[in-house]
Amino acid sequence: MGKYHIETKQVPPRFLPPGPYCVIAKEEGCLGCKYCVKKACPYGVYEKKGFDIKELRETSSYYCHHCLFCVESCPAGLISLMPNPEYQRLGDGYWTPEIITSLWRQAETGKIPVSGAGYGGPFVGEGFDEMWTDMSEIVRPTRDGIHGREYISTAVELGRKPLALEFDPDKKMVSQIPPFVEISLPVLLSLPSWGRWDRNVLFSLAKAAAKLNTLFIMPLKEFDSTFLSFIDHLMLSVETKEAIRSIPAQAQFIEIPLDLVSEIDVVRQGHSERIISVKVPFGPGVEKTCLDLVQNGVPIIHLFADEHGREMVELRPRFIKDAIQDVHFSLVEQGVRDQVTLLASGGIAMAEHMGKTIICGADAVVVGQALMVALECRLCKECEKGLPCPVEINAIDSEWGAQRIINLMGSWHSQLLEVMGAMGMRDVRRLRGELGRAIFYRDVIKESFANIKKVSGE
Amino acid sequence: MKECNKTEKWPPEVKQTPSRFRRPLSKYKIIRNENCDNCGICVDVCPYGVHKFVGKKVQSPNEHYCIGFACQGTDHYCIDKCPQNALSLVQNPTMEALGDHRWPADLILGTWYQAEYGRPPAHLEYKIGDSGDGFDRLRFNFELDNQTPTSWEIDPEISTSIELNRRGDNRPQVTISVPWYGGGMSFGSISLTVMLARAKACAAWNTFTCTGEGGYPDELVPYKDYIITQIATGLFGVREETIKRARIVEFKYAQGAKPGLGGHLLGDKVTPAVARMRQSIPGMSLFSPFPFHSVYSVEDHKKHIDWVKEINPKALIAVKVSTPNDVDMVAIGSYYAGAHIIFLDGSYGGTGAAPDIAKKNIAMPIELAVPKVHRFLVEEGVRDKVVLMAGGGIRTAYDIAKIIALGADGVVTGTSELVALECTRCHNCESGKGCPRGIATTDPRLSAMVKLDWAAQRISNLFYSWYLQLIDILKRLGMKSVKELVGRTDCLVYIERYEKENEKK
Repeated sequence: MGKYHIETKQVPPRFLPPGPYCVIAKEEGCLGCKYCVKKACPYGVYEKKGFDIKELRETSSYYCHHCLFCVESCPAGLISLMPNPEYQRLGDGYWTPEIITSLWRQAETGKIPVSGAGYGGPFVGEGFDEMWTDMSEIVRPTRDGIHGREYISTAVELGRKPLALEFDPDKKMVSQIPPFVEISLPVLLSLPSWGRWDRNVLFSLAKAAAKLNTLFIMPLKEFDSTFLSFIDHLMLSVETKEAIRSIPAQAQFIEIPLDLVSEIDVVRQGHSERIISVKVPFGPGVEKTCLDLVQNGVPIIHLFADEHGREMVELRPRFIKDAIQDVHFSLVEQGVRDQVTLLASGGIAMAEHMGKTIICGADAVVVGQALMVALECRLCKECEKGLPCPVEINAIDSEWGAQRIINLMGSWHSQLLEVMGAMGMRDVRRLRGELGRAIFYRDVIKESFANIKKVSGE
Repeated sequence: MKECNKTEKWPPEVKQTPSRFRRPLSKYKIIRNENCDNCGICVDVCPYGVHKFVGKKVQSPNEHYCIGFACQGTDHYCIDKCPQNALSLVQNPTMEALGDHRWPADLILGTWYQAEYGRPPAHLEYKIGDSGDGFDRLRFNFELDNQTPTSWEIDPEISTSIELNRRGDNRPQVTISVPWYGGGMSFGSISLTVMLARAKACAAWNTFTCTGEGGYPDELVPYKDYIITQIATGLFGVREETIKRARIVEFKYAQGAKPGLGGHLLGDKVTPAVARMRQSIPGMSLFSPFPFHSVYSVEDHKKHIDWVKEINPKALIAVKVSTPNDVDMVAIGSYYAGAHIIFLDGSYGGTGAAPDIAKKNIAMPIELAVPKVHRFLVEEGVRDKVVLMAGGGIRTAYDIAKIIALGADGVVTGTSELVALECTRCHNCESGKGCPRGIATTDPRLSAMVKLDWAAQRISNLFYSWYLQLIDILKRLGMKSVKELVGRTDCLVYIERYEKENEKK
């Protein structure tokens, strides 16, 4: 196989995204300067801004880079910037406006987000923000990331693997190799756990999965013959026992919920090449559940958390990065980890989350909500209330949608290469469970500040 | 070319250097309504010069001098004194559009104040930011007590100088008068005027600035005794003569803003002048490789150092690395390879372009790396043979003192110098023509917004304010030299994080 490459191209948004700050320019008190500072705006905001009749709003926030040039230059002091309420309303505390607008930009351009002037965010946060990834220099070999010539592989195999190969005395292999599939990116596509998504959206995902050489986990109930040409890149998700009968014969990848695990043989009957994934919620006792599944020969376990990456329990839910570690290491301890493929989903909102989840023990991740954001979803969830979608997501053209998703995944792929290059790694399969390639806030702060007197905070 | 020598005067003079903008950003806004009859009472009462007459009319207020609500209740609170009730005071809404966690709006204004006046402000932040941990949770013991106010005086008894050659080899000693020098910011990343301003200020303070990886413009040659030549993976503009003229040569293995990645200069910023210097083509993005493809081990690293030592028998060698898990091994390796200075670059610095994923995630903050390396070098018995510099997130005089107490000998600055030149931390310096305020840009029209003497004086004023504060800190700790502070973690306290876990449902 040749080098894996994701073809990205510019795909303009249908709606102008809101920016973080709006320009407020008072007219009263204007001195009428001959050379108004508005004409000198380095970004031409005052020339470009207009009124968006689709969304009934003024568009300065999209163009403004909040450099404050005009604010400080207007002799009468008439210009102010204000946080844009429309921007602040996007998403929630986990899926922040910064994340959403960054996903939009990546889906539009296919490029890695790059910005100037260092990192301005908080020192540490919760969940994925409690860890950093490592790099190597001088004492360990390193790789160029996306700008280098060395190939870094992001391919992973899905399916069951024998722990060792057996041979008869004639050195003929006697082991049966179970079916597996290689996907080129450690990401599977899916729909979020909520929402109403029509055929255009489903086609976008199926087309993108085929182009990206990965799988789209598609609800079986949405499948019909028009999707048949994508069948090699679909993992059909079965919800009920009755539905098993309607699985198309060509389907090679099937996902079933945990309570249908007794039906595995039925699903496999007459289709020994089928690869089956069992969907298991993160929650108390998930380690034991997974161990049982592995011992019962399940090839793939798809562990899922909620959209904020939290376990499905009320009391002190573990975060996905911690829960997947617990599962991974319990399987390592039992000596069976390599037999099974672990997929993890829930709260994977940025490229870094993908890398970090793999470091914490997953083979690959499943993303859903981030893909809807690539299609301009604002996570308002009006559709759940039966209200019309403000961005008419179901009216998209599926070519447009597929390319937006390809762009986003292209950007994530490049970011994964950068992170792996910095670590000096050439294969994402080696990243799995490599906690040594992460730096955990709790560990280092304890070590580095050990000698410093502690006082309790506010 | 005439050589620039260290100024005789010590410390260098402070000259008030106001903002270059008509309406410098202020924390507060004073609104004057039409009832104003230009009686001038506000002009008389305000001791800060907020209100002034222009002819017979009171001009619109110089709000950035206003101390805001702290003034309320005093006998010079213009809002209450106005007989016409024409004045009102509000928070400036634009403050919310300024700064970030690392550099909150209040700290940016506080730094601008220091760059204008050469002393810390009374009513703005100048010690910490809002990052929620690290420096922003560390305090000196004395900060928890009721502090006696300081008069900000120079004390000739207290020394702030450090020596940069502790190897005892036969290379010259280099002493800098303050425990900081300027980090590498390349020609391409920042304008030539800003490079020159940094060089001028650093020469005045008998310390160094660094070329960065974009080559050594001829205009900097007069300051050569105060300029570090950087050799980075791109090897842009590295020539035998640029290595020969430097007193310190720095190898950049990695940088804190994008550890594990090479330098990024996006095409828009590669102007003909930058392209010429870097022997490239205008408009083409320049991504430096990572790592040095000639260095895959400490032995290779030693070869690199030996090579420079051979070319320039007088130069000290600095090694710039970032902060991975095994940063202690990297540091000891660099010592054995022959480096004089190990410069740890933490993850908050950076001027130009860097991928967001690298800035946020790769490698650890400087506050955590320095104690680790310091302790390891002490255990290995070589701590006093090598100089440990820390950069990448040093914003204030308090940051400088804290990181020294954590185990560094001195610090490397960059961003704070740009903030002194009125950088607003808008994070737009990576693309297009670069900085809209003429700092981190190579666009000739934008660069012209910054004047050399103005910029050099602003940086020098900030250094002066830091110098005053450092003396004050050392005095409060009962120390005579900044060298006594190294590794004194007992002078610090850490305000522990408030654990929300118990409250979570």
